[in-house]
Amino acid sequence: MDALILSRLQFAVATYFHFLFVPLTLGLSILIAIMETIFVRTGDEEYRRMAKFWGKIFLINFAMGVVTGITLEFQFGTNWSRYSSYVGDIFGSLLAIEATVAFFLESTFIAVWALSWNRLSPKAHAVTIWLVAAASSLSAVWILIANAWMQHPVGYTIRNGRAELTDFFAVVTQSFAIHQIIHTLSAAYILSAFFVMGVSAYHLLKKQHTSFFGRSFRLALVMGLVFSIVEVVQGHMHGAEVARVQPTKLAAMESLWDTTAHAPQYLFLVPDEKNERNFIELGAIPGALSMLAYHDSSATVRGLKDFPRDERPPVTLSFISFRIMVGLGFLFLALMTVGWFLRNRLEEHPWYLKTMLYAIPLPYIAAQAGWTLAEVGRQPWVVYGVMKTSDAVSPIAVSQALVSLLAFVGVYSLLGAAALYLIIMHVRRGPESGQPA
Amino acid sequence: MLESIWFFLWGLLWAIYFMLDGFDLGLGTLMPFVARDDMEKRTVYRAMGPFWDGNEVWLITAGGVTFAAFPLAYAVMFSSLYSALMLLLFALIFRGVAMEFRGQIHHEKWKKVWDYSLTAGSFLAALLLGVAFANIFQGIPIDEKGVYQGSLITLLNPYGLLGGVLFVVMFALHGCIWLALKTEGPLHDRATTLASRLWTALLAAAVIFLAATWFATRLYDNYLENPLFFVVPILLIPIIAVSALVMTRVYISRTRWWEAWFASSLFIVGTTLFGVAGLYPHLLPSSINPAYSVTIHNAASSPLTLKIMLGVALTVIPVVIAYQAWVYHFFKDKIQPSDLAHDEGY
Ligand code: HDD
Ligand code: HEM
Ligand code: HEM
Repeated sequence: MDALILSRLQFAVATYFHFLFVPLTLGLSILIAIMETIFVRTGDEEYRRMAKFWGKIFLINFAMGVVTGITLEFQFGTNWSRYSSYVGDIFGSLLAIEATVAFFLESTFIAVWALSWNRLSPKAHAVTIWLVAAASSLSAVWILIANAWMQHPVGYTIRNGRAELTDFFAVVTQSFAIHQIIHTLSAAYILSAFFVMGVSAYHLLKKQHTSFFGRSFRLALVMGLVFSIVEVVQGHMHGAEVARVQPTKLAAMESLWDTTAHAPQYLFLVPDEKNERNFIELGAIPGALSMLAYHDSSATVRGLKDFPRDERPPVTLSFISFRIMVGLGFLFLALMTVGWFLRNRLEEHPWYLKTMLYAIPLPYIAAQAGWTLAEVGRQPWVVYGVMKTSDAVSPIAVSQALVSLLAFVGVYSLLGAAALYLIIMHVRRGPESGQPA
Repeated sequence: MLESIWFFLWGLLWAIYFMLDGFDLGLGTLMPFVARDDMEKRTVYRAMGPFWDGNEVWLITAGGVTFAAFPLAYAVMFSSLYSALMLLLFALIFRGVAMEFRGQIHHEKWKKVWDYSLTAGSFLAALLLGVAFANIFQGIPIDEKGVYQGSLITLLNPYGLLGGVLFVVMFALHGCIWLALKTEGPLHDRATTLASRLWTALLAAAVIFLAATWFATRLYDNYLENPLFFVVPILLIPIIAVSALVMTRVYISRTRWWEAWFASSLFIVGTTLFGVAGLYPHLLPSSINPAYSVTIHNAASSPLTLKIMLGVALTVIPVVIAYQAWVYHFFKDKIQPSDLAHDEGY
């Protein structure tokens, strides 16, 4: 165990945990804003009660997102100090901009929203939740620009022994960032849709509050369907972008060892990392990989053996996480499509409602798998092609890193369990009794 | 020049953070001493409820700006203070979660757990911030590579602890005044009595800290070495800070709570800037050898980044201040029982 491994583990624990809460914040805030807007437009009290019911879950989730976010922001300095001093000129400014343009807005108005149901006019109250929703998505945009720069560094030069910014515009408008933004935001919206639909299904199955949860379900369904389509189509383009800028990641996620022209896609494949080959390759679709990656079935795709061993990412993990995400992506599209046809007679199809209830965890798994692919697939680089992760770690004592890692795992498990318990309790209680007065 | 502007903004951001989050950290620390029953505790939570999260973002921004404007300082500061920072983070986590979780279940034990979390988290955060800053004023043992040659215990030296005590008391008074201005009845009366006592404690802590600063740090030397440049801060900051402290006392006696709170805010800002200005141009003085110090010259980002960040700061921060001021104005009234009605309370 050295400080590097421990810091990586700690960073992974902290980000995975943060990203359990972030997507629901991103999507649910928009759904709540829509509910409140419908209330303002139609005066239908039920929509206001909907906003309150989902709003309570939102607040619990939001609190967890906030407290886990702060630790991330500071870990770059505590655990990755060499990284911070090497790329802070670019990366640090993106984080600082995120805080000034997004976090202030979000944190300030979430409190106003939560505490002013009776103080503000319905219209003004709806504006506050729209501000929160916009600010959350804006914060995602900036943090993803920062992450995209690590995936595909642009607009910099190495000067004075570090990376210095030369073109800010290039950094914030680069294509990899745009892909990550669309992909991650869509993932968040899908996840939130599944959450709302799953919880609604729970009550619809019990035949209680049927109008309330039927409306919630259908509202979320629209969001889920739209972004499931976006995700699959754009995910494919995202893959092509990876092929262009991170050939090692593409080779790893496809477990392609030899550089191949007219590369096939296998329906079933098991990587054998040690021997630099695959155990099993079944069901080749000729040229499909070349087609997917370069839109040309005869294109040459570079294999892992083309790269020095110490510049290859972990293959099996990248490969599996990619398969999980893509498989789930298609499943989500299917589930949403079915939902669209059943939307007006949901109660007649308990099997579908039950499926949706048990499907709540799936988008969480897909999103975590996506990040695993993005981050693990980038290894051994912390900034692709510029800085290795092993050169990024702070000169800290192993004992320090170990204690803090254990503390993270302990505290996060405890708080995660408490948050989950609160959310489940609130869901069970349902809307009416949840909101006296 | 750009570096110096950023040095000033950097100090100012920390000062604003201490001024704003200071009152809710102080209030969290004080809660067991002022609130007797559940209703009073909920009033205390409600007194900081609309503000604490927005206040904490000033910390994230101060950290982010350290990262953006002086990456080396961010790297060395945060990795050197590793254990202290981790403790601070956990303190802030428990405190933040307590605010949201406490009111969710109406059960004695559940509420107690989060009340303890709030108080312990707030106290520890105030203490650690004071310890950290006192150590920075004093200089920390960093070698020529910026590697820290100490441990958590190194930070807990007498001067560091004195800084911690100063912060705890300073924030407690700040929070106490806030509580007085937000409440009526017995809670208000208790806050009033406590405010006078805390003021005396703060005076003692401040005098001892200033005296210790003479012996433990180079802040005064630094002022004297740059007489020309420091005429302004050396005269202004102590005068502002001292008169703010006195005015705090005057307004407390006259029960002019908003004025007292502004005076107390001014004291916090003045104290912070007094320390920060004394560091110039250092960000992290090395106690091993002054030549190893992290300064604005060896730590600053490229001019391009500093310019872009300055543009962002000068356009966005005023807007932030404007809407946060609006929120303070919007929630300026004393807390009424109706504010604690179920869906808007704590
Ligand atoms: C702004 C930058 C940024 C963003 C948005 C993310 N990460 Fe990341 N991630 C890093 C910046 C980073 C990093 C600083 O670059 C790390 C630390 C060590 C490393 O190798 O890269 C890293 C490593 C890292 C690792 C360890 C990989 C390894 O060491 O093999 C995992 C599992 C994740 N991240 C997961 C995530 C998840 C779940 C995220 C979703 C929120 C996420 N990352 C967002
Ligand atoms: C490793 C990189 C990351 C860092 C350093 C980071 C930092 C932070 C911080 C400091 C907060 C608390 C803000 C507050 O007090 O309101 C926060 C919250 C948040 N972050 Fe992150 N974050 C990271 C990754 C991400 C990613 C990848 C996303 C989205 C795609 C994201 C979206 C959000 C959102 C929406 C919030 C609002 C609070 C909530 O989630 O409930 N963050 N983050
Ligand atoms: C068929 C559908 C999908 C395809 C083809 C696809 C493709 C990709 C690719 C190639 C990456 C790696 C990008 C990189 O290295 O940075 C990625 C990342 C990611 N995916 Fe997917 N994806 C799909 C569906 C999904 C779904 C359904 C979710 C979640 C609900 C999801 C969540 C993520 C996340 C969070 C990331 C990391 C952020 C990013 O890099 O954009 N993906 N996806």
